[in-house]
Amino acid sequence: MEILASLVVAVLFAGGVYLVLRARTFPVAIGLALLSYGVNLFLFFTGRLMTGAPPLAGGGPAATADPLPQALVLTAIVIGFGMTAFVVALALRARGELGNDHVDGRGGER
Amino acid sequence: MNLLMIVILPFAGALLPLCVRPLGRGAAAWAAAAVPVAALLLSIDPLLAAFRGTPVAISRPWLPQAGFDLILRMDGLAALFILLILGIGLLIILYANYYLAEDDPPGRFFAMLLFFMGAMVGIVLSDHLLQLLVFWELTSLSSFLLIGFRHREGEARQGARMALTVTGGGGLAMLAGFLLLGRIAGSYQISVILGMGDIIRAHPLYVPTLVLILLGAFTKSAQFPFHFWLPQAMAAPTPVSAYLHSATMVKAGVFLLARLFPALSGTDPWFFLVGGTGLLTLLYGAYTALFRHDLKGLLAYSTISHLGLIVLLFGIDTPLAAVAGVFHIINHATFKASLFMAAGIIDHETGTRDMRRINGLWKYMPVSGTLAMVAAAAMAGVPLLNGFMSKEMFFAETFHLSVLGPFSWFLPVAATVAGILAVAYSARFIHDVFFNGEPVNLPRYPPHEAPRYMILPVAVLVGQCLLVGVFPTLTVAPFLALASSAVLNSPLPAYDLAIWHGFNAPFAMSLIAMVGGILLYGQRHRLFALHDRLFWGIEAHLLYRRTVDRLIGGARVATEAVDNGSLQRSAALLLTVAVLAIYLPMTGGGSALAGVLPPSPVDPVTLLGALLMMAATMFTVFFHRQRLLALLALSVVGLLVVLTFVRFSAPDLALTQLAVEVVTILLLLLALYFLPQQDRPESPGWRRIRDLLLALGIGSGCGLVTWAILTRPYNTIAGYFMDNSLPGGGGANVVNVILVDFRGFDTLGEITVLAVAAIGIYALLDRLCLLPGTLHGVRPRWAAERHSLVLTQVTRLLLPLALLVSIYFFLRGHNAPGGGFIAGLITAIALILQYMASGIAWTRRQWHQQFHKVIAWGVLLAVATGLGSWLFDRPFLTSAFGHYHLPLAGDIELATAMLFDLGVYLTVVGVVLLILATLGLLSSRCVEAGRSG
Repeated sequence: MEILASLVVAVLFAGGVYLVLRARTFPVAIGLALLSYGVNLFLFFTGRLMTGAPPLAGGGPAATADPLPQALVLTAIVIGFGMTAFVVALALRARGELGNDHVDGRGGER
Repeated sequence: MNLLMIVILPFAGALLPLCVRPLGRGAAAWAAAAVPVAALLLSIDPLLAAFRGTPVAISRPWLPQAGFDLILRMDGLAALFILLILGIGLLIILYANYYLAEDDPPGRFFAMLLFFMGAMVGIVLSDHLLQLLVFWELTSLSSFLLIGFRHREGEARQGARMALTVTGGGGLAMLAGFLLLGRIAGSYQISVILGMGDIIRAHPLYVPTLVLILLGAFTKSAQFPFHFWLPQAMAAPTPVSAYLHSATMVKAGVFLLARLFPALSGTDPWFFLVGGTGLLTLLYGAYTALFRHDLKGLLAYSTISHLGLIVLLFGIDTPLAAVAGVFHIINHATFKASLFMAAGIIDHETGTRDMRRINGLWKYMPVSGTLAMVAAAAMAGVPLLNGFMSKEMFFAETFHLSVLGPFSWFLPVAATVAGILAVAYSARFIHDVFFNGEPVNLPRYPPHEAPRYMILPVAVLVGQCLLVGVFPTLTVAPFLALASSAVLNSPLPAYDLAIWHGFNAPFAMSLIAMVGGILLYGQRHRLFALHDRLFWGIEAHLLYRRTVDRLIGGARVATEAVDNGSLQRSAALLLTVAVLAIYLPMTGGGSALAGVLPPSPVDPVTLLGALLMMAATMFTVFFHRQRLLALLALSVVGLLVVLTFVRFSAPDLALTQLAVEVVTILLLLLALYFLPQQDRPESPGWRRIRDLLLALGIGSGCGLVTWAILTRPYNTIAGYFMDNSLPGGGGANVVNVILVDFRGFDTLGEITVLAVAAIGIYALLDRLCLLPGTLHGVRPRWAAERHSLVLTQVTRLLLPLALLVSIYFFLRGHNAPGGGFIAGLITAIALILQYMASGIAWTRRQWHQQFHKVIAWGVLLAVATGLGSWLFDRPFLTSAFGHYHLPLAGDIELATAMLFDLGVYLTVVGVVLLILATLGLLSSRCVEAGRSG
């Protein structure tokens, strides 16, 4: 299971990085979304892979999943949305001001 | 108490000229003049105390934790400078009232002048090194503002910048020097440090300390090779030149030499550094002054030269030389300030400062001409004037040196040469300006005598030159003794302030200087020709400007090398560093990558999910040019992330991710509407290979790190949260309790960031009109029916249900999966569904969109919940909870954390709706703006 988790993180990071390096704004936004999936899963996995034991106090199994990374990741998911939205807004503004969707604002209308 | 008031008064008084602006131009000057008058009255008491030998000092705690106190002390030296600063300041203000042109705002000018006065008073009264430095930098700052007062003139701006750079750089060096000095002495209090001279001089760090402090003093006092900013500072209005750049601010450097004289002087490095710099500056300034055609330029270089003379006197390092230095500080301040004011009058009346054009002015302005000539004679060192006395003392001191051994003839000779040059340039000032034929081509002709009140301050100062020169023992002697004893920190040497000492070596030198200077001036035409041939183009300020230009150019090249404006390039560089940061520690360490834990078994469902997720990710990457396809694949990845959270016991995360997923895909779909739908391959092949390598590097690196972590034993602090969640936070859902209670402060920060992001997005997109994107130049076809009837009806029915669900998730969040984040997202999605199904116009009619206010209320509620715990004397964000029994509903638990969670809920709802609604409105704005959609 651990190797599988590592592979998933690896693929998400690799895909995200490749897309972030593209020249157009939309792939960059998608790449950022992939990267935030990767980061969130990585953070989540550092709390170890625990099945069938959600972190609820009082009763329940003695050993539960680690609540701390989960709390961190929960806000990270919402903040990640804020970041993606901000990048998209920047891209739209750049498209409106510069007339194209190149990350550096170069090139003609497409 | 008086001391504190003397410092505060000018700063507070700086507001006065600004306040009385409506009362007219004169009012500003009179209001400003009231400040030094009041401060002078206040300083009578401490001045008398200084004369009694019991200097007044006060100390107020300032930053007690760091050991800083506000310490003010008025000893003899400080008293002398206070009189100079306030007295000359008063005269300058009266003079400036008539000097300023119609379009010079007087309120601003006098406010800056008083601000400077306060800073200068602060320097001389400070009894704490770092506190002195603060005031020191304030003088640099106000000098910058005053030089650039006529900020529409390029010359003024350049001069101001140069002065700030040079003196500011020196101030930085001085800060380092002060820190070292404080370290050596174990105290920053100056009166303590002065008593520790022997310890300081014996310390191994003495030389670096001395050099750093001298850098500060020399830049401020315009010593060679830092002198070049002073002539450039002449772009300031003349009252500023007279006040800051001759009488007071440039004296701050020599003040510092005098102040620290007992602590730092008495060594070979002091003698050679201070004396050498002073001598060089004395000669260089005097020589250059002779060749300036600009009246103020001549005075500026003569100021440099006289500052060099004072520095040299402190460098000679005998008690008598120090007395002579203090004496010359007084004398130079009086005659040079009056000369600058006279130059200002001439400039004012003729419209030019070029000495090749202003000749024969004496018959046009006999009164100011006479006064200027007397002051210039004092500058030359003519007997019966104050300049003569201190120059005689200087000449006498040049003989008392044993350090130079067989070269001890050098200093008297150099001093005589400097004397000859000083007489020559003073003669030029007198003869060229007031005699030497008729004026040539004046902008204002004929020149008139200046207004009486403009001449009065000059007359007061010139009167002092005369009084001190004729009756030294009656006038200046007590002040000189007072200040000198403070400088020396020991009993005064014997000296005689007589006008006539008989025929001796100093008198002979004075005589040679007089005759030589006049002869030299007589040969000026030949000299000027020679000077023009020899010294073309060596101008220190041009050299400085070229250096600065080269520095800026170098910085630009270095920046371009890293960042040429291409995001792809910068991102690639950043990621390359990231790859190195991941792999370099792996290669270095001796420990194996894999940990000791055995791998856990893989079940088929998880395997399938993982394979699917990887496949969907790769699909997204491969088809990223087919943007809609890529987006669909991305949503598959997101859903599989949700399932991963479900699989590994994170129900809260799964719920959040699910809701965010919906919102994110909606957002990207909306964005896609305005962006090109497809993309042609653009990057060249090599770049794609580079990016692929980078992606593989980062991906494999992060995967390896994950693997290394997962195969190692785990130490967690989770036990604390698990144990304390119920008793401490009153909730069973530990994740939620961490968010709203244990780490509530973090959450508060996070919702604030969200709110800021939403408002940023709003600001970015507000008033932006975008038309839908095109597909290879062709507009894609969208669905013909804009609002499907089925969807419209179903969503309207669903809305109350969805809201009910979100309330349910909100309420149970403290004990079971749910909470403010999740509930907020569900509410937001339910509302967005209305937009999508029924259109913006319909939805807007249904409720008023005030999402900014929702966000604001959310953040405010969260903050208020946190502040509420202060009412009960608890730290910020302490939660309280209790169990209550309600009829019908049964046992119910209420916690203050729920209020906090409500804030989170409101913020999330507002943020999501604000972002999506703003995006949705983009194309309708074009219609509103009158353009076709």
